Amino acid sequence: MTQPDNRPFAIRTYAPDQLREALKRMYLIRRFEEGAEDCYTRGLIHGTMHLSIGQEASAMATCLELTDDDKITSTHRGHGHCIAKGADVGRMFAEFFGKETGYCHGRGGSMHIADVKTGNLGANGIVGGGLPIAVGSALSAKRLCKSDVTVCFFGDGANNEGAFHEALNMAAVWKLPVVFVCENNGYGMSTSTARSTAVKHISERAASYSMPGVTVDGNDFSAVAEAVHIAVARARAGDGPSLVENLTYRWRGHSKSDRNRYRTKEEIEEWMTRDPIARFRAELIAHGLLDDAGANAIEAAAIADMEAGIEFAKVSPSPKLSEVTRYVYAEN
Amino acid sequence: MNAMTQEPASQTQDLRILSYAEAIREAMAIAMEADPTVILMGEDIGVYGGAFQVTLDLVDRFGTDRVMDTPISELGGAGVAVGAALTGLKPIFEFQFSDFAMLAMEQIVNQAAKLRYMLGGEASVPVVFRLPSGSGTGAAAQHSQSIEAWFGHVPGLKVLQPSTPEDAKGMLLAALADPDPVMIFEHKLLYKMKGHVPEGSYLTPIGKALVRRVGTDVTIVAGSIMLHRALEAAEKLSSEGINVEVIDLRSIRPIDHETILTSVRKTGRLMVVYEGVKAFGVGAEISAMVAESDAFDFLDAPILRLGAADAPVPYNPDLERASVPQVDTIEAAARRLTRREV
Repeated sequence: MTQPDNRPFAIRTYAPDQLREALKRMYLIRRFEEGAEDCYTRGLIHGTMHLSIGQEASAMATCLELTDDDKITSTHRGHGHCIAKGADVGRMFAEFFGKETGYCHGRGGSMHIADVKTGNLGANGIVGGGLPIAVGSALSAKRLCKSDVTVCFFGDGANNEGAFHEALNMAAVWKLPVVFVCENNGYGMSTSTARSTAVKHISERAASYSMPGVTVDGNDFSAVAEAVHIAVARARAGDGPSLVENLTYRWRGHSKSDRNRYRTKEEIEEWMTRDPIARFRAELIAHGLLDDAGANAIEAAAIADMEAGIEFAKVSPSPKLSEVTRYVYAEN
Repeated sequence: MNAMTQEPASQTQDLRILSYAEAIREAMAIAMEADPTVILMGEDIGVYGGAFQVTLDLVDRFGTDRVMDTPISELGGAGVAVGAALTGLKPIFEFQFSDFAMLAMEQIVNQAAKLRYMLGGEASVPVVFRLPSGSGTGAAAQHSQSIEAWFGHVPGLKVLQPSTPEDAKGMLLAALADPDPVMIFEHKLLYKMKGHVPEGSYLTPIGKALVRRVGTDVTIVAGSIMLHRALEAAEKLSSEGINVEVIDLRSIRPIDHETILTSVRKTGRLMVVYEGVKAFGVGAEISAMVAESDAFDFLDAPILRLGAADAPVPYNPDLERASVPQVDTIEAAARRLTRREV
């Protein structure tokens, strides 16, 4: 039998259990975001948040083959990355609720959520803030002779920050094991990439730093998984950094203050027809890895996890007011 | 035979003299020998030896993997150091001039200083930033500033200012032993200053000021090169019977309240001398700290601040000198203060 395997990359490359778990985590990301939004609307969560609904394939397919030793740096739109890297949604909700049991003991909130133990070095409130940090993490791996790679998530907005250019240049000059993953959702807050960015595809900028750059459909799980797989393999082999651009779309506004005045209802609805979760689910069913009932069970399990997470957050204790300066410096 | 050669060998070694720059270099070499995770990063710190020749030949001893010339990318370079510190390395990052740290404020202030707190104590950023600082070299407005007070405003950072070769070495080793980000402002005019530097590894405690000269009439708090100017002024004033106590501030954050307050309670007069712009500076913090304490009741005169003129550092050498406190201005101010002429 020398029949070529024409199935999508993810289907032919990863174990069925791993793919079903990936679908579960994608559902979990979406239900988590919806749960967070609902808690915000009901006044249970304060501040602001940046939801990644619509971008689940980019987060999950990118993290698919990363281990806990591999690092990621994330963005202000980072909930999905966190879940994809293996975080517990109970501790995430607890953080959003500002509770002591949260990942950051209530000091960080949505924009600084991190889980160092699973290799998540943290979301970042500064656009482009994580880019040089990711390069530093990759430098550590190289100096300490570890095989782990660092994946640096950033948005299209960050590609016009100086930090982006400085970081890519250094990663290339020093040939570091880092993969730059641009989640291009079309808008830096309200300003479109067409109005803000001189190149058509952000991946074109890779050429300036002598690294491979590729643009993929970021709502196609398999396409993202394949592009990142190649980039991670290159990094692990010591051949240096790559840039992967995932074209995607956020269904919700930039943050809670967004009135969506810069894009049309039609545009949003058109992108919603390219739902990354529905597409991946259909793909798994089409290739016999799952049936409809199985998929529904996975979705139900994600909802149960989300609800349990909110319950955990609600009953968790708040930080003591006397500890407002705790964690500024190391404790003796 | 003079007295020096009659000293026992061990004591002769104790009186070993090094320059401030040599002391810093020795600290880096000791740390790198002892700990393979210590690396140096910065612009032109390799074969060039650093703009002020502080790293000098360290690249020959430790190789380009551990003495890394960065591109001229202060923001990115500082961020790489932060990321490396977050994941197991102990980088010492040299800004070529402290002025250039402004290009990296994002990584220093938003990232390095806040990461431990934002992550609820689950992360550590043991990075050391070295910053050649200060005026007096004719380098004008963008290469001569004293911006240490800016960082004193940032919780999460530690900000040091060594005034002697011994402290320059001990503070760098202490900074490396510290799990939090530390900024060390090194005065460019002090790099060639010579002084006694103990052998081997020792840590100068962070956050401890030091009474360098005991006196009874007025307390002068000064750090870095201003310490030396204050000591010189104090020496001159002693012939007039004015007995000045001089405190070497050493650490801006954390600041040593107790040493300063104890001295003020004794002398009843306080002058703060610093090279940063006078307004909103180290002097304001120390003055307010005294005014808010019981030491206020011991004051016999208003508190006096001597800082830099309200202008960028000028190029003309006479203007440059006039823009920051000098021995004669410190002397005159202390005299006025003790005579209640302020």
